[in-house]
Amino acid sequence: MANSALDQSAAARPSSAPLGGKWLLIAFVVGYLALILLVPALNVFVQAMQGGLPGLVATFSDRAFLHAVELTLIATVITVPLNTVFGLCAAIAVANKTFPGRSLLISIIDLPFSISPVVAGLMLVLLFGKQGWFGPLLEASGVQIIFALPGIVMATIFVTMPFIAREVLPALEENGTEQEEAAATLGATPWQTFWRVTLPSIRWSLLYGLILCNARAMGEFGAVAVVSGNISGKTQTLPLFIEEAHVQYNTQGAYTAALLLACLAVVTLVLKVCLERSAGLRPDHH
Amino acid sequence: MTSTQPNPLRNVWYQISQASWPWRITWLYLALFLFLPIAALVLKAITLNPQEIWRIATDPVALSTYNVTFVTALAAGTINGFAGLIIAWVLVRYEFPGKRLLDAAIDLPFALPTAVAGLTLSTIYSTSGWVGGFLEPFGLRVSFTRLGVLVAMIFISLPFVVRAVQPVLQALEVEMEEAAWSMGANRWQTFCRVILPPLMPAVLTGVAMGFSRAVGEYGSVVLIAGNIPFQDLIAPVLIIQRLEQFDYAGATVIGTVLLLISLAVLLVINLIQARGRRMYG
Repeated sequence: MANSALDQSAAARPSSAPLGGKWLLIAFVVGYLALILLVPALNVFVQAMQGGLPGLVATFSDRAFLHAVELTLIATVITVPLNTVFGLCAAIAVANKTFPGRSLLISIIDLPFSISPVVAGLMLVLLFGKQGWFGPLLEASGVQIIFALPGIVMATIFVTMPFIAREVLPALEENGTEQEEAAATLGATPWQTFWRVTLPSIRWSLLYGLILCNARAMGEFGAVAVVSGNISGKTQTLPLFIEEAHVQYNTQGAYTAALLLACLAVVTLVLKVCLERSAGLRPDHH
Repeated sequence: MTSTQPNPLRNVWYQISQASWPWRITWLYLALFLFLPIAALVLKAITLNPQEIWRIATDPVALSTYNVTFVTALAAGTINGFAGLIIAWVLVRYEFPGKRLLDAAIDLPFALPTAVAGLTLSTIYSTSGWVGGFLEPFGLRVSFTRLGVLVAMIFISLPFVVRAVQPVLQALEVEMEEAAWSMGANRWQTFCRVILPPLMPAVLTGVAMGFSRAVGEYGSVVLIAGNIPFQDLIAPVLIIQRLEQFDYAGATVIGTVLLLISLAVLLVINLIQARGRRMYG
């Protein structure tokens, strides 16, 4: 910008004037964030390292821990692709179209973010649990959903459902439909148009949604706690392992698992910032 | 209906057969993973006897959990409303070393699993922890009390106000402030009359979203609270306790209360946003 120097000099005086005390406010913000975010985050690393390498190794050779890692990964590997297909379909179905009830449909897609994860888990128990609507049917056919992997996956799907759609939808709207129309005119099939035109144009937004969806899927606690039964070595995911280790005063175990998930959070944040910078995306947490 | 008009059911079927694949997959997925579970809860709730529902919903333990959940979540939302406004202001208007790191750290509550947050907060704010040990001489106990619930709720609802206010503040024209300033308004007048009004819809939206998130929160609270009825037991934990006792009716009623409150908050958020759009484009 040619007149950015001018803009800055104009902005400098009044913008710092109304609230005043620039450094006082910065000190408040740093202090607040330190108490709420930074010190707690730092504490995870300090506590996990307290037992040194042997402490970490002890937890990493714990059967229950390894199983929890495995189960968390399996549930995530099933959930994220399913939600990706849904998110892409939902965004494509809604984007650049006008039809009655469109904004209602967008609100419905976003609904899982407003429902308590525990209530989401409760819904699944009422549906598939022993006393649930499909309970007798499932029991007769020998299929177990609650206290088993399918329940954990369904609970995770429920709470992470909106992530992809809400990131991809604005990108699709911004891109418009000209390119897709051109591709169709040139004889591309809808499938070709999707792979060659639509997908490349929304790849960064999709990746952004994927990262957030993945982080939440691996870390989901409330919904999974209700449906999993929390059986150590069987239906215990990593967040559930943390809770049990904490309750049983296995501080080293709890913090080693927490360290693993905290690393995931750090990677998520770094990727997020990179995407925001390189692709000009800005978070829109609604 | 005359015989020339198509059968409505057949009409619906025609619509489905004409619908595109993304459209079909979207509705199938929503039906299976969203509508069906919600229907299960609603159907269970309406099969209960209304007197029974009332008795469970207004049971003293249940009432105390609403108090702890909603009042504490509102307190957390309000605290973050003020703090979030200041954080957004500092991040948008000032330059200082470490600003980008702080900006990225705001999203930590979205990225860090709630179990990890609850674990580390309960350690830090325990009487022997880094922060809790400092507060204890003042008679403030945080972990395993209602204050702990507040701290966990502040943690998880922190990003909402900041992220809602930041873009609005960025788009705010500095000329308006300069005009107020040059016409003799003092700092406080400029802030209250010129800067704050256009930010209010964003602040309120952020507070409402943070409140909604805090009300439903389970993971971080269950680890830092003592989960004792009438003290620091929140509604989502009560639902899980009821389920563990195989009291499905109890869990359903409290779950429905939470669901209805969530939907009401969602409605309020939409109203605030619609009003904000009308007033400030």
